[in-house]
Amino acid sequence: MSIDVKFFASLREHVGTDSVTIDAGRVRTIHDCWQLATQSADLPDNTLCAINMQYAKLDAAVEDGAEVAFFPPVTGG
Amino acid sequence: MPATIVTHSFVPWQALEQHQTTLPTGSFGACANFVGSMRDFNAGDEVSEMTLEHYPAMTQHYLDELCGTTIAQWQLVDALIMHRVGIIRPGEAIVLTAAWAAHREAAFAACRHLMEELKSQAPFWKKELTPTGERWVHNAPSEK
Repeated sequence: MSIDVKFFASLREHVGTDSVTIDAGRVRTIHDCWQLATQSADLPDNTLCAINMQYAKLDAAVEDGAEVAFFPPVTGG
Repeated sequence: MPATIVTHSFVPWQALEQHQTTLPTGSFGACANFVGSMRDFNAGDEVSEMTLEHYPAMTQHYLDELCGTTIAQWQLVDALIMHRVGIIRPGEAIVLTAAWAAHREAAFAACRHLMEELKSQAPFWKKELTPTGERWVHNAPSEK
């Protein structure tokens, strides 16, 4: 009953870690994951999120065993 | 339809030629390609080095899917994406996109689509080193 939460780029520096495992029973949405994994740190306005490698919105539901990621706007290419 | 994340310096023209030799002879009449390389300046500052970070599993998944949907949309013979990660220096290639099609219209449109989608969706992030230190890059919509 756990969810892996990952942080990338400036978001990793913002929260001070690259990943946290949280109790799936204590969260319902991606936003809940942020709150629990970061101990309610400020969430930057332009933050992007993904569930299992697919873009998702903050209010998207999260299942047990999911991988949730938070990151800033992308700058590849 | 390979999408490859590259951890070392690569020569895009060699990669392009190498991949084209794997395609059936005579199956395409057009190949359009785009190569993006690192500048030694950005936003008015010198840039001596850049680190490209990514979200490995999502990046590969996204680029594979992008190749597949682009091939289907423009009925391409094939498509290719190569993208660097890690430490990059000025002059080195960052990205290569290519599209092989029967005719140029599809090849040009598909190649552009690959690049624009990658720029706006693929989870890569650039951090550049300037004389005053490191900073994360923010894309300016006007710089295309």
